[in-house]
Amino acid sequence: MKREAIVRDNLYVPAKRPRVNASNGLKWRRVMDRVAEKLILFFALIAISIIFLIFVYIAREAFPLITQSPEGISLSSPFTAPFVWQPVSGVPKYNVVPLILGTFKVTLIAMLIATPLALLAALYTAEFAPPSLREWIKPTIELLAGIPSVVIGFFVLIVIASWVQSVFGFEFRLNAVTAGIGLSLAIIPVIYTITEDALTAVPNHYREASLALGASKAQTAMRVILPAASPGIGAAMILGFGRAIGETMIVLMVSGNAAMLTLDPAVPVRTLAATIAAELGEVVFGSGHYRILFFLGTLLFLITSALNWAGDRVNRRLRSRLFGSPA
Amino acid sequence: MTTKYYFVSTLAVLLLFGCAQPPSERQAVTVKGSDTMVLLGQRWAEIYMKDHPNATIQVTGGGSGTGIAALINGSTQICQASRPMKAEEKASVKQQRNADAVEIPVALDALAVYLNKQNPLQHLSMEQVGRIFRGEVKNWKEIGGPDATIVLYGRENSSGTYVFFKEHVLANADFAQNYQGLPGTAAVTNAVAKDVNGIGYGGIGYATEIKTIGISKDATGEPVAPSMENVYSNAYPLSRQLFWYTAGTPTGAAKDLVDWVLGPDGQKIVSDVGYYPLKNSKQTP
Repeated sequence: MKREAIVRDNLYVPAKRPRVNASNGLKWRRVMDRVAEKLILFFALIAISIIFLIFVYIAREAFPLITQSPEGISLSSPFTAPFVWQPVSGVPKYNVVPLILGTFKVTLIAMLIATPLALLAALYTAEFAPPSLREWIKPTIELLAGIPSVVIGFFVLIVIASWVQSVFGFEFRLNAVTAGIGLSLAIIPVIYTITEDALTAVPNHYREASLALGASKAQTAMRVILPAASPGIGAAMILGFGRAIGETMIVLMVSGNAAMLTLDPAVPVRTLAATIAAELGEVVFGSGHYRILFFLGTLLFLITSALNWAGDRVNRRLRSRLFGSPA
Repeated sequence: MTTKYYFVSTLAVLLLFGCAQPPSERQAVTVKGSDTMVLLGQRWAEIYMKDHPNATIQVTGGGSGTGIAALINGSTQICQASRPMKAEEKASVKQQRNADAVEIPVALDALAVYLNKQNPLQHLSMEQVGRIFRGEVKNWKEIGGPDATIVLYGRENSSGTYVFFKEHVLANADFAQNYQGLPGTAAVTNAVAKDVNGIGYGGIGYATEIKTIGISKDATGEPVAPSMENVYSNAYPLSRQLFWYTAGTPTGAAKDLVDWVLGPDGQKIVSDVGYYPLKNSKQTP
């Protein structure tokens, strides 16, 4: 089978470096190899340092909250009562708890919708669909990832929002559920693609062994292939979560942007990302509001980094449990 | 060696070209700020550029606050604002740009209260609107409407309209917790048009697909419609001026544009877009 050949290819290690006369040309090639390697390393380091510098810059803009507390705002004020976000007010109130709650509420709803859909779609394309259909389904779902989020936002605002309201009888037309549906459209392709890759990467002898023991195709898919691909599926979900938590345009357009401290999914919701997008354009440089918005950015950055890190740990552990050695 | 000469000569040619085209030939003016006024500004720019082929006018929105911030840090020549500049903002302009902020009223607007077309209410008092948006009145039946929860829509807090409404209607109190801030007045009218129980606010120039209602100054007063006569006579309680701000008296291309906007051609566009021309303008309504 094709898949086995790939596995064997990976395991193939040349016994010894082939001996060649150390001619001038070969030396030159080695030098070039070395240069290319360093060049690639250099670019990789640039990418890493850019991410690091972005974090440093954002955190630096928020830092005076600790050292100077501009306008009497310190690092503790985003967490003290009242739990209200009213930055333009006689007494500005910058409590971020409703924003954090709102962010997680919307993201969770999006994950609850997107994960089963993407997972089942991936399972179907990887295990059941005839090749001709698979070649057609996969690019189509991946095409969804190419739709600009403002277009998704507009579509949800005009079409989905009214539909959701009339089906569920919500009081508010723009609410966390509608925003979650919008977000799920953005993350379905992310979760789908990576899951599908993980499923196809499961070695074929797993399938053969399972079928040989008398398991049906469905049993094989659900009980053998799905668990074997679980590290990859976990990675897919984490990437989807990260995309959803930072998505701005869709939530800004369809969530209603009201900062309310409630777990009710049927009411408007305001997220961290949408708050930054809506308010950063207007704030006075260096003011307390400005610092708070950068603090929100730092928070968002930390949340996604922590999630990615935790996801990576889980992924490794699963992988080593399943395959014996860390990948 | 030849490459070096080639390089030098290219540079020289580029330099020559750069000098040969004096910057005054193309007159670029940037206009930035209020979302309430972005439609108006764009229409002005369109017609002005048609009449003045040498001029380039760039109009962007973002909210009055955004425009004022841009005027302060010098990234726009003209700032559109749907609220007067605050004293500290004027001070910032003076400090950063080394020139006084010049205030030019360019049009009049009735800040309208929008209701869905199916809403039976025809008018509200200032006090009622304030109580609705402060969250003290939660159901339409409390003010004589159907038994349904009131859904509040409005602008995000970077908007001049938001600040104006907060000052004049809410008496500077905070908006209700479930107040929904939407990006742009068009989003507000769209939301109210689709929501039977919705209420929103915004410039009269955007009032399509929804209905605007009469507002009375107090509970016993006569409701006043947001019409041109009522804005001119100042009878409508939410009449306001729309402004352009410049750092220092406008000169050159910006001055030409300001003069044209204040003249009959510019003021005619004001009424075309749905706002009200200045009272003393030569254009007769």
